[in-house]
Amino acid sequence: MSAKFRRPIALVFALAALLTMQNGASQAAGGANIPTDRAAVEHALSRLTFGATPGQVDDVQRLGLARWIDQQLNPSSIDDSAVQSRLTPLPDPPEVDRRAARNLSEQERMEMQRRSRQATRQSVQALAAQKLTRAIYSDRQLEEVLVDFWFNHFNVFAGKGRTAAYIPDYERDAIRPHIWGSFRELLGATAKSPAMLFYLDNWLSADPKAAEQVQQINNRRRGRFGGVGITLPRQQQQQQQQKQQQGPRRNGLNENYARELMELHTLGVDGGYTQQDIIEVARAFTGWTLANPQEGDFRFAPQLHDRGEKKVLGHAIKAGGGMEDGERVLDIVAEHPSTAKHIATKLVRRFVSDEPPAALVDKVAATFTKTKGNLREVMRTLVTSPEFYAAQYRGAKVKTPLEFVVSGVRATGRDVREPRQLLQALQQLGMAPYQCQPPTGYDDTAETWVSAGALVTRMNIAQQLAPQQAATIGGPDFQRR
Amino acid sequence: MTSRRIFLKSGAMTMLSLGFAPAFLARAAAAASGRRRLLIAIFQRGAVDGLNMIVPYGEAEYYRLRPTIGVPRPGAQDGAVALDDFFGLHPRMAALKPLWDNKSLAIVHASGSPDRTRSHFDAQDYMESGTPGVKATRDGWLNRYLQVSGADPSPLRGIAVARQMPRAMQGKAPSLAFGGVDAFDVRGGMDSRQSFEQAFSEADNPLLRGTAKDAFEAMKTLRTIGTPYRPAAEYPRSPFGQALQEIARVAKADIGLEVAFAESTNWDHHVNEGGTQGQIAQRLDDLANGLAALSADLGDRLSDTVVLTMSEFGRAAAENGNRGTDHGHGNAMMIIGGPVKGGRVYGKWPGLKTEERFEGRDLAITTDFRDVFSEIVTSHLKLSKDGISRVLPGYSPTQTLGLIRA
Repeated sequence: MSAKFRRPIALVFALAALLTMQNGASQAAGGANIPTDRAAVEHALSRLTFGATPGQVDDVQRLGLARWIDQQLNPSSIDDSAVQSRLTPLPDPPEVDRRAARNLSEQERMEMQRRSRQATRQSVQALAAQKLTRAIYSDRQLEEVLVDFWFNHFNVFAGKGRTAAYIPDYERDAIRPHIWGSFRELLGATAKSPAMLFYLDNWLSADPKAAEQVQQINNRRRGRFGGVGITLPRQQQQQQQQKQQQGPRRNGLNENYARELMELHTLGVDGGYTQQDIIEVARAFTGWTLANPQEGDFRFAPQLHDRGEKKVLGHAIKAGGGMEDGERVLDIVAEHPSTAKHIATKLVRRFVSDEPPAALVDKVAATFTKTKGNLREVMRTLVTSPEFYAAQYRGAKVKTPLEFVVSGVRATGRDVREPRQLLQALQQLGMAPYQCQPPTGYDDTAETWVSAGALVTRMNIAQQLAPQQAATIGGPDFQRR
Repeated sequence: MTSRRIFLKSGAMTMLSLGFAPAFLARAAAAASGRRRLLIAIFQRGAVDGLNMIVPYGEAEYYRLRPTIGVPRPGAQDGAVALDDFFGLHPRMAALKPLWDNKSLAIVHASGSPDRTRSHFDAQDYMESGTPGVKATRDGWLNRYLQVSGADPSPLRGIAVARQMPRAMQGKAPSLAFGGVDAFDVRGGMDSRQSFEQAFSEADNPLLRGTAKDAFEAMKTLRTIGTPYRPAAEYPRSPFGQALQEIARVAKADIGLEVAFAESTNWDHHVNEGGTQGQIAQRLDDLANGLAALSADLGDRLSDTVVLTMSEFGRAAAENGNRGTDHGHGNAMMIIGGPVKGGRVYGKWPGLKTEERFEGRDLAITTDFRDVFSEIVTSHLKLSKDGISRVLPGYSPTQTLGLIRA
C-alpha cells in the first residue's frame, strides 16, 4: 500500500516545503532558524538518523530540512509499514508445565533449564536483530535513535538472570511509547517494569520488620494447616530451584535501585543527594515487586512495605503510605532541577558534542522544566537551536560502534535480511545490543570507542560488510558524524 | 579439578626457578633492549567484596555481620585458607597460596579511596584518574606514568587487553587497547593496510589520527612475535584468563612493555553473593586461577614484574536483606611479583565494630590507594620523587608501607 500512497504525500510535502521556503524559515519546527544549505542537511542527518542513505540528502533538501525535522519530531505521520514487514517475529517463550516439572529427575530438570536459557538467548538475539532492522530501514529515524538513547539511559542487562526474558516487553511497553511524552511517565514505566525491578533488585527489597512478620505468619500457618501460608514470589521461585542452591532471602532493604534512580536516571551523580536519601528512597520503594517472576508482572506487596515516615531530598513523605510512596519519590526526583540539567546534558552530549556547551544545556534544561519534562519539546529545542548547527560541532562526534555499523549498511543501500553478521560486528566492537552490564549504559564519547584495536576492527568490518566501499566506510571521515 | 592441580604444580615450579635464578641471568635479561620493569594493573570492576576475598577470620564481628555469606574459619569445611593468624584467602583462591608462601604475594587490606562516593562510575573514575574527588582530570594515572617516565614514543610501552581503552590508560602517551595479538591486523593484505594507514595519517580528527598511527606501528612490531603462542601455564578460558595470557605473551616478547592493564568484571553482588559457594566464589576462582597462571607463565619475567589488583570500593560490612552486599568503602588490594616483599598483610586493620566502621557501616580506610600506586611507581618502576608528583597530582604520601624490595 505504501507505494501507492507515497507519491501524493510526497507531492504535498514538496508543496509544503516550497511554501516553507517562501516564508523564509522553519515555522514548522518551532520558529527557529534552521539553515537550508546542503552541508546543514548532511549534518542534521548525521545526528538525527543512523546515517544518510544514498540520495537522502537530496530528498531532504528538496523537502526542506525544517519540514523533515518536523516530521521526525511527529513520527506517527510517517508511514513506516515497510520496516514492519521486514521484522522477524520473536520466538515464543518455551511452554513450561510446572506441575510436570516437579516430577522430573535432577538431570531432566537441568536439561529443561538449559533449554529455557537457550530460548531466552535466542529471543534476545532476535530482538537485537529487530533493533538493527529498525535502525537501518525505519523512516522514523529520530524515533529509533531516541529509543536507543532512552533504553541506554534506563539500561538493563540481558545477562543478569531473568532480565533477558523481560527485555522485549521493556523496550516495547516501557521505553518506546514514552519517548515523545512526559519524562515522568517514562520514568514511572521503567520503575514498574519487571526488567528494571529485577535488574536493579528492587523486587527483593523489603522492610526488615515487615519481612520478619510475613515469615512468622507463614510459620504459624504452616504449623496449623500444613499449608504454604502467604507465598512470596521469592518462595515460588525457590520451590523450583534446586535444593542445594539457596535462593535470595528477602528480609531487608536493597539500595541498588534507589541509588541508580538518582545517580543515573534522574538527578545525576552530583545532583545533590546523600546516602541517607538513598536509604529513604529504598524504603519508599519496598513492596514494589513482581507478582510472579515467571510471568513477570508488577505488583505492590503491602506486607513488604515500610510504612514509616520518609524524608527524601527535603520532602517529607507521611507515615502510613503504601505504593504511593514510590510514586511520590518519582514525582520529587522528576521535578528536581538537577534532573532537568542531567537529562539535558546527556541529550546534548549525544546530539551535539562530547563536551556539551553550557549555554545549550541550559536552554534544553529550561524547556524540560517549563514543559514539565515534555520530551518532544525538549528535542525540538535541541534540534532547532543555532548551537546544534554551529560549525565547530559539525563532524565533531565519533560514531559509536552501533552508529558505525548501521550507518555503514545504510550508506551502501544494501538489503540486509539477516543481520547476524552485523550483530557479530557489534559484539567484536564491544557494543552488542542489550549486553551492557553496568547500569550506566554504553558510553557516548569518542575516548571510549576510539582505540587501536577498535579502529583495526572497524577497518576489517568495513571490508567484510562492504568490500566495494571498504576504503570509505573503514576510513577516517566515515568514523565521524 | 585437573586443571587446578596443573595450575598449582606449574606455579610452584616457577617459584622454585625464580628463587634460584642466577643473578647474572637476571642482569643479562635486563640489559636486553626490550625488557623493562613491568607493572600489570588488574581492575576488578563492580566493587569486589574484599571482606570475602581476603577474609578477616580473626574478627568475630565479621561472622556476626554476615550470618549467611561469611566464609568459615580455616580448618572448618570450605574454610578460608589461612595466611596468618587473622586473615585468610577465600577457599577458591587457594591457587595463590604458593605465591604467598614464597613471599611474592602481599595484601594491603582496608585500602581504598579517601573520597566517600559509593557510585561505581565515580569511584572507578577516581581510581583510574588517580585523583579522588577531582573530576576534571583528563588522563589516567598509568598514561601519566608513561608520559613522565620516558620519551620513547612506542605504543607498545602500554597495552590494555580490552575492547575499550580504560580510563587509567587514556591520555597523550601512546598506548594500545586491543583484544589480542592475533586478531590485531588489517585484513586484505598489504594494499588495504597501506591505504588505510595513508588515509588515517591525513585524518582531521587528532584522536583518530593518533590512535591509528599507534595501531599501525604496533602492528608491525607485533607481527614479529611468534604465533601461535604456547603459554607455560594453563589459563582459565574466560575473557579475563585470555587477556592475561595475551599480556604475558607481549611481556615475554621483550618488545618494550612497561605497563599492562586487564579487567575482571561482574563483582557487583547485591543479591545472592554467596560465601564459599555461589557467585563470588566463581568469580574469585577465575581471578585467582588467572593470576596464578599469569605468574607461572611469566616465569623468569616475574622477577621484574609487579601485578596489582584494585577495585573501586569495597562492600558494606553487613550482608543486606538478600544475602548480598550493598556498596561500601574500604577494600583489599593484592600485589604479586618478584620485587614484592610478600607473605604479609600490609596496612592497619581498623576493625569491624560499629564505631570502627566508616559511617557506621563499611570497612574504614587506613591506606590511601595512592600510597600503593606511589610505592610501586617509585620503588619498582624507579620513577623519581618529582615524577611521582606528576603521576599523582595533589597527593603527598602519608605513610611508607615498604611493599617493594630495595
